[in-house]
Amino acid sequence: MFKKVLVANRGEIAVRIIRACRDLGIKTVAVFSEADRQGLHTAMADEGVCLAGFRPVDTYLNMEKILRAARETDSQAIHPGYGYLAENDNFAARCKEEGLIFIGPEPQSIRLAGNKLAAKERAAAAGVPVIPGSMRGVVSRDEVLAIAGETGYPVIIKASAGGGGRGMRVCLDPGELKEEFSVARAEAGAAFGDDTLYIEKYLQNPRHIEFQILGDKSGRIVHLGERECSVQRRYQKLLEESPSPALDDELREKMGGAALKVAGSIDYFNAGTVEFILDEKKNFYFMEINSRIQVEHPVTEMVTGIDLVKEQIRLSMGEPLACDYSSAHKKGWAIECRINAEDPENSFLPSPGTIECYRPPGGYGVRLDTHVYQGYEIPPYYDSLLAKLIAWGPDRKSAMGVMSRALQEFVIEPVKTTIPLHRKILADKLFEEGYFDTGFVKKFIPEEEDED
Amino acid sequence: MAESPKRLEVRAPIAGVFYRKPSPEDPPYVEVGDTVKKKQVLCLLETMKVFQKIKSPADGKVVEIVAKNEEPVADNGVLMILEVN
Repeated sequence: MFKKVLVANRGEIAVRIIRACRDLGIKTVAVFSEADRQGLHTAMADEGVCLAGFRPVDTYLNMEKILRAARETDSQAIHPGYGYLAENDNFAARCKEEGLIFIGPEPQSIRLAGNKLAAKERAAAAGVPVIPGSMRGVVSRDEVLAIAGETGYPVIIKASAGGGGRGMRVCLDPGELKEEFSVARAEAGAAFGDDTLYIEKYLQNPRHIEFQILGDKSGRIVHLGERECSVQRRYQKLLEESPSPALDDELREKMGGAALKVAGSIDYFNAGTVEFILDEKKNFYFMEINSRIQVEHPVTEMVTGIDLVKEQIRLSMGEPLACDYSSAHKKGWAIECRINAEDPENSFLPSPGTIECYRPPGGYGVRLDTHVYQGYEIPPYYDSLLAKLIAWGPDRKSAMGVMSRALQEFVIEPVKTTIPLHRKILADKLFEEGYFDTGFVKKFIPEEEDED
Repeated sequence: MAESPKRLEVRAPIAGVFYRKPSPEDPPYVEVGDTVKKKQVLCLLETMKVFQKIKSPADGKVVEIVAKNEEPVADNGVLMILEVN
């Protein structure tokens, strides 16, 4: 077992990782920016190293500062969490050079997963359905127009180096495609340092379904079922659940098998997620593979009884997989609500500030992953995620009952949060019946004006 | 006869990081002495990874840029001072 792990992150995920380490008897080192001196992760870890500065580029994104902290504290491994350096293949490689274990996939798998077009090519070659479109980078407008003519409109332009909703543009007709293509190219170049674009047929309001996978050093890969992530706003997930009300055993087996093929095609090791979109006719298509622990991992944990962060640590020490989907003790239904410091009534504008009143929910079936507390000052420099509220019940209806109750109990004031929006979603008839897609949230929020 | 100019403070609507330029390679949105129109973009404010354009509340002239580029500003902190008629 590792003696000491450095946690290269902040917020709720850093707290989550510190807890897993502590459960396993591993000492932890927190790194913290000057704005996070009062952070819960800073207080909870056995040791702490301050990274000078407050901006992400000077702190949680700064590889050399983090590696130095690991050396100085004699850490054996680094857990990157999600975001920041989690999907940076250079960082994974640098850890290796320094003799540190990076708790995550191998650098070459991270690189392949990060190149959306390369991952799509591998998935297609492995026999997994992909969304029709250009199967390679497109350079000229004529080429793009010809391909769009074949797939049919609307189409979506994507940046190969993008992801998470960034660098995407939907075009309804050839005129729009002509206009948007060159702008998208310039934007991708500026944002990602790689202007490779590809196009796909745009599926309107599909469902977003993802599969949790785990791989060990021997090359064995298993999945742990799906997460339903269709409740989104502008590609940002708001609420997730497991299992999905849209899947039956037959479809789950097909999609799970496809997820394993995709992961196998890039020799995946450790925890990851294969994302698919699912249309109304239950056709599914591979979208992307995320080479990290996901924000929404707790819903899988609640229904499989497997602590995914502990599994990540165990697997990175070379231990073999202990179970797969069929042998996991699957039980019940879990829902997660992301509580962000954002104002849903005002274009989701961020809402930093001091939490003057904090009353967390509790009781049977409630899990709360958070780094906030009474009196905590939310710094304006980082992510707006304050807490993940997870409810469990023996079936979907009971899980919804627990979540509705927990949302009623939860008070975070005076900052604006997504709690009121989640209350509305949980009270919705269509949500209750399981009929929703990625366009679902729109009806709960005031229409947004596009202004420049 | 024209009224004497009034000083108008442009304040941060929320806490964040102040940026004078759209990107490090670009020139600043405005300099001291520039004449600005109402709704013209004066600067950017980044809060929790979201960028907001801060627009001029009136026609006028920039007389002082109080906040420092790429430095934090508090909620309601003064960003710039304009002179308006």
